[in-house]
Parts: sequence; C-alpha cells; structure tokens
Amino acid sequence: MSQKIYLYPVWIRLWHALNAILIILLVITGISMQFTNPANPFIRFDIAVSMHNISGILLTVNYMFFVIGTFTTPNGRFYKLSLKGLIPRLIKQFTYYTFGIFKHEPTPFPVTKDSKFNPLQQFTYVAAMFVLVPIVIITGWALLYPEIILTKFFGGSGLKVTDFFHVIIGFFVSFFMFVHVYFCTIGATFVSNFKSMITGFHETH
Amino acid sequence: MRKIPVHFIMAFMLVLLSSVSINAQNDKKAENAKFNEKCLKCHGQSKYKYINSESGTEVTRRMYIETIINRSQFAESNHKTFKCIDCHSADYDTFPHPGRLRMETKYACIDCHGDDEKYAKFQFEKIESEYQASVHSTKHGEDFNCWMCHNPHSYKINARSENKIKDIVAYDNAICLNCHADITKYQMLTDKVNPDIIQKHKWLPNQALHFKSVRCIECHARTNDSILVAHNIQPKAKAVRRCVECHSTNSILMASLYKYKVKEARSKVGFYNGVIMNEGYVIGANRNYYLGLLSLILFGCVAAGILIHASMRIIKRKK
Repeated sequence: MSQKIYLYPVWIRLWHALNAILIILLVITGISMQFTNPANPFIRFDIAVSMHNISGILLTVNYMFFVIGTFTTPNGRFYKLSLKGLIPRLIKQFTYYTFGIFKHEPTPFPVTKDSKFNPLQQFTYVAAMFVLVPIVIITGWALLYPEIILTKFFGGSGLKVTDFFHVIIGFFVSFFMFVHVYFCTIGATFVSNFKSMITGFHETH
Repeated sequence: MRKIPVHFIMAFMLVLLSSVSINAQNDKKAENAKFNEKCLKCHGQSKYKYINSESGTEVTRRMYIETIINRSQFAESNHKTFKCIDCHSADYDTFPHPGRLRMETKYACIDCHGDDEKYAKFQFEKIESEYQASVHSTKHGEDFNCWMCHNPHSYKINARSENKIKDIVAYDNAICLNCHADITKYQMLTDKVNPDIIQKHKWLPNQALHFKSVRCIECHARTNDSILVAHNIQPKAKAVRRCVECHSTNSILMASLYKYKVKEARSKVGFYNGVIMNEGYVIGANRNYYLGLLSLILFGCVAAGILIHASMRIIKRKK
C-alpha cells in the first residue's frame, strides 16, 4: 500500500521548478550557440546570447538560494555523503536499477523522512550541485566578463580553456538532466514523482 | 679530395647574396638618411630656426604638426630607404621654400606601385579599384587619398607579417581612429558631428574585447578573395551586424583578419578554424570536431540506455 510523506517544502519546490526551467533554457541556447549556422540558426545568435546570459545570472541567484537554504535548514542532511561503504551501496542501487527493478524486487533504500535520496541519487546530486554546477557558474561568469580572465593559461588562451570547461561541463549537466528526468518516471506510478514536485508529498511504493 | 655537394655551394651563394643585398639596402638607407637630415633638421622637430634677412636676428617658429616627420618611425617604415626628394621636389632645398611648391602634385600608391612586377603580389591595381568602390572614395572623391590612412612617412607593412594578431589589430584600428575618433581630422571631410564610436557600438556584446581582438574593417569592409586586406569600406547600413558571420564554423575572420596566417599555416588539429585559436577564441567558430562527435556519441548512448531501460520496464511490468 502506498503511503505519502511530506518531503519537499515549498522553497525546495520553487527552487527546483526555477532551476529546471533555467537549465533547460541554458542547454537549448548553449547548443544553439555552439552549433551555430548562419544559414539556419536554431535561435538567432544574439538572442541566444542574451537568453543564455540572463538565464545564467538567474541560475546563479537561484543556486545561492539553494545553497543557503540547504545549509540553514534540515535539508542539508540529505546531501551529507558518507564515504563509508559508499561503493557497495552504489553497486547495490545500480544492481537494483539494472536487474531488480524488472523482477519487481523491493527498492533497497526506501524513501523515508530521514533518507530522501538513494545512494546513487545522493552521489550524483552532490556531484551535480556541488561540483558541476559551480564550475559552469564560475566559468560562465568568467565568459561574461572576459577581461578578468587570465589572458594566458599554461601558454594557451585563457578564454579557450575557460570556454572548454564551460562547454564540456555544460554537456555533463545536460546529460544529468536527461537521466534525471527519466529516473523521475520510476516512482510509485509513472507520474507520481512529477506530482510530488507540485504537491510536496512523496508517494512510496 | 672530397667533393663539395652542389646544393651546399648554392645555399652558401644564396646566403652570401642575401647578405650582400641587405648590406646594400642598409648602406643606401644610411647614405639617404644623411641626405635627408638636411630636411629633418627642421622637419624632424616641433620648431625650426632661421635668420631673418631684414633684421639679421634668429627667429624660432613652431613647425606645423602635419609637416613634422618622426625620424624613428620613418627609419622603421616601408619607405625608409628613400630620399625626401625621391617623392618631393628637389627645389625644396632652398629656404624659404618657393610658394609654387605648395601646388606640387603628390603621388598616390598606385603611381609607384602600379604595374610593377616586384609588387605584383600586393595587387595594388585591385586595391585601387576596391578603394574606388569604397565610401571613402564615393563620398569624398579627390578629397580623400591613400595617405589619409597610410602615412607614407611612417606606414609599414602590417597584415602580411608574423606580428601578433592583437598588435596587427591595434595598428590597423589606430588608422581608422586617427580620423574617426578625432573631430578636427574628421571634419576636414565632412560637416557631420563625429560619431561616438563607443556609443554607436553599444549593441556589441563584450565591446572592449571585440575592439581589441578584431579590426574595424572586419565588419565595415567587404572582403575580396584576391587581396589580403579589404579596402572596400562599406556604408554604415551595410556593416556586418550578424554575430554568426564570425561566430560560426565558416567564420568570415578566416577570409579577413586571419587570411595571411591561414595561407601560411593550414591547421588540421581537429579544430574548426584552428588558426584563430593560436591567439584568440571565437565562440561558435572554434568547435572541436572530435569533441563534438564524442558528445554526440555520449548523447546517443544515454538516449539508447534510457530507451532500453524504459522498454524493459514496459515489457516486465506487473500484469
């Protein structure tokens, strides 16, 4: 029998919704600029630049809101990655996703009030929110103000190195987003996790 | 006795010959410099002195800024081996200079460089016709001439050099700004108020970086395949405004600012327009082919993984 737990307070839902919209905008405009084609622009370059800049600035503000919120509320405890036994836990969850799920086995790390994320989720969320996103934000601001970039970086152009980091990590963030959205369909029902984003209640299996 | 290879002898002769020609040029330069010093005694400084024949007193006057020749710039310039009288009348050797000399017809580039085998690669005739089509010529006619941009006393070859792109850009942009950022010079040809260049280019993102990295002519002149530096300056309405003209894999920068370097060294390291990357970076123009391919493959794997997983879930779902 499914049971509902209130896991996502209003501020997290607002942050998550805005974060989703901005990341989607950044990915679309970023791809449009990277693969720009004068004859057939997906989004006109100057419009894409403006949209990307504005979304990036808003994402930074939203990210700071998330960081402050996470470290000043109990939400922070979900992101405390315990290294002890991490790999066996990750393997256990991975095995569940690749085999157990098809045999309808119970999830190895059920969602409770104190454990919002399974180990695989926790690991990827920590990596995304505290490694990947900060890198794209910092390199993004550097590209917004190229005059502050070190002009020479290990003998090459500082702009080049910064942009490479920005684009490559940006691609990883977009991969994360695709997988993240897909995994969202793995809930009590196909749409239950999407409903949780609005209601705040998590429906367990 | 061991034979000395023919190519060794030829190489030696070549080195000898080129050193002879460099020496000859230096000798000529030194000889002419001595000759030119007669003119530069006055024209090489901001003031000149002469004896007033009426009163017999020494008079000090200011030299008009247009007639001052910077010695060191001249010594570095393309025309460094010339005598002043190669281009100016020999009658200038008397002082006061005869008044009729003011009417002296000045040479244009084409007068010396046109139809000359030695200068064929520079395509002066094409440059001339491109210039004739430019706004500088169509709007100002005879009032505008080559010297307004290429000071014959200081001009030195710039684009066709191993100089850093940033230095080439600064040198070339200074030529435009010489009039376009100086109201007194600008209004010699027009009654218009000097446009505020910073204000007019407000729409350009990262304006300062653009101004340092590309020349004015990148957007304001139409490129021509057979000449290195575009001289066909376009009216304002025809200036390039679409970012993708440069920010794309077929960037016009390859046919303009980087044309010389492109011809000298074709880069095939997997980067589109790799030559730009040696000194700059242009978003959209400097994609890496392999990274692009890798990201597509990775994306394909992610999509395939999701598709397989989703299909398995549907097949194995609880009945």
